[in-house]
Amino acid sequence: MGQEITNIPKGVGLANLEVFASTLESLAQADKTVFAVTSDSRGSGKLVAFGQKLPEQIVEVGIAEQNLVGVATGLASMRKKVFAVSPACFLTARALEQIKNDVCYSDNPVKLIGISAGVSYGALGSTHHSLHDYAVLRAINNITIIAPADNFETAEAIRQAAAMDSPVYLRFGKKNMPEKIEEVEHATSFEVGKGRVVKEGSDLTFIATGEAVWPCLKAAQKLAEEHQISATVVSMHTIKPLDQRLILQLASQNTPIITVEEHSVYGGLGEAVGSVLLQNGCHNKFKIVGLPDEHTVSGSQGEIFEHYGISEKGLTQSALNILG
Amino acid sequence: MNIKELEEKSKAYRKKILKYIYNAKAGHTGGSLSIIDILNVLYNKVLNVSPENFNSPEKDIYIQSKGHCVEALYVVLADKGFFPEDDLLTLCQYQSPYIGHPTKKIKGMEQNTGGLGHGLSICCGSALAAKKDQSDVKVYTVLGDGEMAEGSNWEAFMFAAHYKLDNLCAILDYNKLQITAPNADVMGLEPLDKKLEAFGWAVRHVDGNDVESLVNTFDALPFEAGKPSFIIAHTTKGKGVSYMENVLKWHHGVPTAEQYELALADIDG
Ligand SMILES: Cc1ncc(C[n+]2csc(CCOP(=O)(O)OP(=O)(O)O)c2C)c(N)n1
Repeated sequence: MGQEITNIPKGVGLANLEVFASTLESLAQADKTVFAVTSDSRGSGKLVAFGQKLPEQIVEVGIAEQNLVGVATGLASMRKKVFAVSPACFLTARALEQIKNDVCYSDNPVKLIGISAGVSYGALGSTHHSLHDYAVLRAINNITIIAPADNFETAEAIRQAAAMDSPVYLRFGKKNMPEKIEEVEHATSFEVGKGRVVKEGSDLTFIATGEAVWPCLKAAQKLAEEHQISATVVSMHTIKPLDQRLILQLASQNTPIITVEEHSVYGGLGEAVGSVLLQNGCHNKFKIVGLPDEHTVSGSQGEIFEHYGISEKGLTQSALNILG
Repeated sequence: MNIKELEEKSKAYRKKILKYIYNAKAGHTGGSLSIIDILNVLYNKVLNVSPENFNSPEKDIYIQSKGHCVEALYVVLADKGFFPEDDLLTLCQYQSPYIGHPTKKIKGMEQNTGGLGHGLSICCGSALAAKKDQSDVKVYTVLGDGEMAEGSNWEAFMFAAHYKLDNLCAILDYNKLQITAPNADVMGLEPLDKKLEAFGWAVRHVDGNDVESLVNTFDALPFEAGKPSFIIAHTTKGKGVSYMENVLKWHHGVPTAEQYELALADIDG
């Protein structure tokens, strides 16, 4: 049996999904132009209460993801602030052409909310996993891609996305996450497009995104305690546009860089960071940790993370290996 | 504008469609000729849309789902004063905003279309927003008969009926041809009226190349309170140019100089 990726005591943090739902509800309470559009996904999107309290501001389309994005586009074109909410796997595959043409190309500021992203659905299998979403959306012009790591980033990302007049894709999972991942003296802030350094170190850097940030911090703690190795951990919540300046600043320390993501190793954060490094003449030792190009092993999200080394143990080992 | 004047407009529009396609050596000739009477009546009789009110939340909305027949829309929008008609001499040229499908870069265009099966869903969202706002905005789209095979349309048909969008009207350019062959051979649509009625739409048939019948049909909107309206407009692909009518290759065929002259004479004659 694999271990759970987190052992957060109950009550310490919520699922980012729940934080999304409560943040959206408070935005919608204050602004009647905020709409949620769902595809039989209000339960999994934690929007049942939203639907009861604000029935005029939720639109159900049924299990029809293409229509979900088309309808969201039409609403957004009529000056509504629209959040289209659907499992990330269906939203970014079934409705990809609607995202590309209707939202991005036609420049309608729809907020696409990919719930239960990555391998959150665990043993339901690859039909329900989204390990391609960063890759396909990165190659589409005019969309911001965000994967918040914790409750704090989720709430901030939703609020900032609501205020943006352009398309945004936000994805997160349903596992409890810390309220705020932070091991630095000063309080960090969240800004779309700017990575957040959650721990400072001098021997190597983890650049991670979404729910992969937390195991990186765990590994960094273990490396410090057991191996006297000090690691930097960055939550690169915004995958596009990527914070090049921060990446180059980290690279200038001339220490190894390990990227970590709940996504295919192809086309995601790792390759994006690698591209920045190579095109700027940075030759840091470099490793991409993510899901390899194979049929994904079966199991819970925690077991899948463990299997592919997106875990305290696996990332500690990756760090030791790269440091030689 | 009376019926006679509308008929004259249709002739003028047809000649302009050919002029700009001939000049660009590109365009969707057959389909543009088949929808032009529908666009003529929409823009000159039905829609509350003008260059002056285009940014107003009160104006009506037309989204052309069969985006490939953009030449017809360009010609009508130019006539309505959205942009100088001469701009169309750059159609499909390097760096011209007048590309082979609708884009919002051109004033008068609501959305970028061209992938088939997108327009109706967007119209559903806009029509629902108009209902929520309790506004009088009406929403229209033109679909192609080949396009009807896209599953997304049928998602949208369900949605529009479920939300009782009687401020929405979809018009089918039923010219019976697509790229490869007649629809009936590629993917049959019939019995279409029964299908749409079963989906909860109010359906009417019309001769889609007859402006008077079109005017009368649009006058009757909504066909039924609480239901979206569907107009099955029976048209002829290549309408107005006898050698193009019902001939598959004119889907995106471009006339030679000689054929171009022949076509103009045919439209006048
Ligand atoms: C999603 C999608 N698939 C394929 C095409 C390519 N295409 C452009 S026009 C066309 C035929 C359309 O037939 P129909 O809807 O009957 O239009 P018409 O014949 O009236 O021009 C096709 C297949 C497209 N534009 N979008």
